[in-house]
Amino acid sequence: MHASLPDANALITRLVDAIAPTLTPDTFIVGIHTGGVWVAERLHALLHCSTPLGTLDISFYRDDFSRIGLHPQVKPSNLPFDLEGRAILLVDDVLHSGRTVRAAMNELFDYGRPASIKLAVLVDRGGHELPIRPDFVGLTLEVPDNQNINLSRLDDGHLTLSLA
Amino acid sequence: MNLQLSPDGNLRHLLTLDGLPRTILTHILDTAESFMDVGEREVKKVPLLRGKSIFNLFFEPSTRTRTTFEIAAKRLSADVVNLNISTSSQTKGEAILDTVDNLAAMHADMFIVRHAQSGAAHFIARNVAPHISVINAGDGRHSHPTQGLLDMFTIRRFKGEFHNLTVAIVGDVLHSRVARSQIHALTTLGVPEVRVIGPKTLLPTGVEQMGVKVFHDLEAGLAGCVVVITLRLQNERMKGALLPSAQEYFKFFGLTQEKLAHAKPDAIVMHPGPMNRGVEIDSEVADGPQSVILPQVTYGIAVRMAVMAILAGGAPA
Repeated sequence: MHASLPDANALITRLVDAIAPTLTPDTFIVGIHTGGVWVAERLHALLHCSTPLGTLDISFYRDDFSRIGLHPQVKPSNLPFDLEGRAILLVDDVLHSGRTVRAAMNELFDYGRPASIKLAVLVDRGGHELPIRPDFVGLTLEVPDNQNINLSRLDDGHLTLSLA
Repeated sequence: MNLQLSPDGNLRHLLTLDGLPRTILTHILDTAESFMDVGEREVKKVPLLRGKSIFNLFFEPSTRTRTTFEIAAKRLSADVVNLNISTSSQTKGEAILDTVDNLAAMHADMFIVRHAQSGAAHFIARNVAPHISVINAGDGRHSHPTQGLLDMFTIRRFKGEFHNLTVAIVGDVLHSRVARSQIHALTTLGVPEVRVIGPKTLLPTGVEQMGVKVFHDLEAGLAGCVVVITLRLQNERMKGALLPSAQEYFKFFGLTQEKLAHAKPDAIVMHPGPMNRGVEIDSEVADGPQSVILPQVTYGIAVRMAVMAILAGGAPA
């Protein structure tokens, strides 16, 4: 299965090409920890965004908190701008159930009322449980429920996708 | 059996810092760090404890601790009920358990307990249903773990690390649950030198066994310190005549700018509050540039949020 996964960088390039024509000077990119932040950092650089990059840790907004508790390594969310009236491009690595994106949107609204939120994901692996679909997608791939698709970052900063 | 930890090492109750491993202390401090920005948002809330009921059970009066616990619980979206139970009524044994059983019947998820008797929170923790967590908010002279944790959080924020610090705790260690919690936390987190400074009558006998150096002279004790923690002179806990007068205490052990000059120039000054100005600390120091007493209060909210979130997340469903 590994061989069939495309290079993560090629998928990022595909996302850049799709996003670039829609980008306005008022677009703010926000990545979801941890993989989404890696992708967001690349998009932010490749799209030459002049607005600051935001990061979200949705641990405090997860809907499975009462079952699995707090994630052991919660990172602070960092949104170094006023959300009010902004166009937000939310970035994650893999879209699966959609629950992470829902939690991220809930958190964003606790900071203010954005004018719009669009969603960019590196991989949409199917298995959606909520009416959430990406606006920009690098790769659409049906992955069986018993498998996981993961983005990891090597020491040299290289991003790779793996299926397990 | 360790009442505080589950068999797999998760925090079940927070009763004392004595015996808690460094990994748990650090996990609480790290989690508190990520709660710090919640207070600055437009909506100062996260939905983590939505639908949970938290009871503040205060058998002994408190303003700051009860208020910061209440704010912390509300920022986590919990429902908070404050109960100030008079100390004049019989509040021992059966009476406490009756109170607790009644509140459990109202579907409480967490109890925050302050009591004048040492061991009260442990007693309640031993007798509650498994899904209920207990936080000790101060019991007698024994322990005040969230205060100890917020003090560690304050030290880490201003000094960065623990492994290179000399910390002095000044004053009425004998009656201070705060000092006990601080000493346990400081030694667990790897502070190489913890000092206690005070008159013989206000230091517990055998305090050296907790891993601290004892000083009876303020100037000598402060030399080389980067963190100076002043303790409140516990008038209400002072049954015997341990001191000639508050004035004389101030003369020898009150922290003035002149005395503070013996510590390192970048030393921070802490106090758990409420302060007796002109007794254990001079106003010039309390309001001066080295004082971090008000940040301590702010950090107390994030630290209490962290403890509650970790307890609520770790409890069996």
